Amino acid sequence: MKLVIGIVRPEKANDVLEALYRAEVRGLSMSPVQGHGGELDRVETYRGTTVQVGLADKVRFEIAVSDDFVEATITALVAGARTGEVGDGKIWVLPLERAVRIRTGETDQGAVTPVGA
Amino acid sequence: MSSVPILAQVSEIDTGDTAWMLAATALVLLMTPALGLFYAGLVRAKNPLNTFMMCVAAIAVAAVTWAVIGYSFAFSEGNDIIGGFDYAFLKDVTLVPREGSTIPHLLFFAFQATFCIITTALISGAVVERMRFSAFLVFAALWSILVYSVLAHWAFGPGWLFNGGTLDFAGGVAVEMGSGFSALAAALVVGARKDYGRLALLPHNAVYVLVGAGLLWFGWFGFNGGSGFNTGSNSVLAFTNTLLTPACTLLVWFLLDAWRGRRVTAIGAATAIIVGCVGITPAGGFISPGYAMLLGALVALPCYALIAYRTRTRVDETLDVLAAHGLAGFTGILFIGFFAQASWNGISDGLFFGNAAQLGDQALAAIAVPAYAFGATYVLLKALGALMPLRASDREESLGLDVVYHGEEAYPTGEGAILVSPEAGIEEPVPVANVDVSGKT
Repeated sequence: MKLVIGIVRPEKANDVLEALYRAEVRGLSMSPVQGHGGELDRVETYRGTTVQVGLADKVRFEIAVSDDFVEATITALVAGARTGEVGDGKIWVLPLERAVRIRTGETDQGAVTPVGA
Repeated sequence: MSSVPILAQVSEIDTGDTAWMLAATALVLLMTPALGLFYAGLVRAKNPLNTFMMCVAAIAVAAVTWAVIGYSFAFSEGNDIIGGFDYAFLKDVTLVPREGSTIPHLLFFAFQATFCIITTALISGAVVERMRFSAFLVFAALWSILVYSVLAHWAFGPGWLFNGGTLDFAGGVAVEMGSGFSALAAALVVGARKDYGRLALLPHNAVYVLVGAGLLWFGWFGFNGGSGFNTGSNSVLAFTNTLLTPACTLLVWFLLDAWRGRRVTAIGAATAIIVGCVGITPAGGFISPGYAMLLGALVALPCYALIAYRTRTRVDETLDVLAAHGLAGFTGILFIGFFAQASWNGISDGLFFGNAAQLGDQALAAIAVPAYAFGATYVLLKALGALMPLRASDREESLGLDVVYHGEEAYPTGEGAILVSPEAGIEEPVPVANVDVSGKT
């Protein structure tokens, strides 16, 4: 089991969701985050006050998958999120020690396999 | 310039009329920022500033084009189709009233300018969230001259509809049908937003929409109540009808909402206010308060149906200017043909009061005006599109036009923002930042 974390552009989040759906990766959570990678800063001006916005809005996907699904998940994240410009985001894959489905108490493999799959 | 006081002795300035028209002009100008607020609430959180700015830009652009040539094309003699150059650059537009008028000519010009401004702003509703700001500025300038001024000449000035007896109290022709059918053409030429029909593109702040609609209604009392250019009975009738008609539209809209979706929606209510105000715009000073209420109830039906239908098509006429203005104005113009009452308006009866010819005059406007507005705007935007890109790039559309065209966000958090100023010890703004935003690496 792995935990796949993908940090992507907010405007690409819908494309990522669509790609994950097509790859039959079900079960994920997403949250809005702010971060800074290598991208260039954006300059904004408010009534003469110029600021350099160093933190960019991003969306963070967290997807716990069984080992067979790791590659498919990464491929889908990349396909959905890539624009080719700096700031497209990162994917991190972490080993996952335990997983429990709260409703049934199922653990590990059973817990990360979507119902009916 | 002002060698005319002796010629103009026929018309004397009435202080009461002038006082009301000064206030009415200010009321109508308020409608454009109100429209900006209304529109801003209807778009996504990344575009409200750009959406609002298109309305602000309409004030800047159309006020100038109106003073330079638009007013002359609309209100100087010329021919049946378009006025001449007599009033270009406000030549001969003085404090002396126009013939048959009791307010200074200059005030008449200012009042009419606010109409040209809001009409130009209205069209932006068809192209929000994807049109390039600079292209909109050029479009607004050309449209206000080539389309608005011509339609205003037809219906308000000494043009063929006015001379032929078509009744249009406050702008069913030039403002409502003019903007509505032009908006359809603009939506078709500029094209749909890239995610239209694929993602749910939802209004980001319904409270803005309601506040905007409320302020529009408030301003509309000047719009309709001022279109008699005096404090006489037609003005009072139009003013009161502006209260009654939208109220009836609201009630019918509530029923339609409840019938279709089991709930009465807030954005539906805001839309109903606009539809009712538009419906009474052409008819305000011509029909009795009772029939104005009937008009309010009736006008809800076609407009509600068109809004429901439009969202199922591929036509991304984003904020439904065609339904709320074009179709509602069309309905109001025709309604005059049936229900105008000489005992109320002192001018003409409609079909139900024994004058079928009035309906013919109204129908003529209802056919010719949509055709011209749609056709002229379509050709204008096609030509403009050949000279400059009309749309933002896909990337810019994704980022949101607030940041791309204005370098501001509607809801900045300030998190991660570093002050760029000599005091803060940073001498130079980082130049590469603009490159990132525009996508031109």
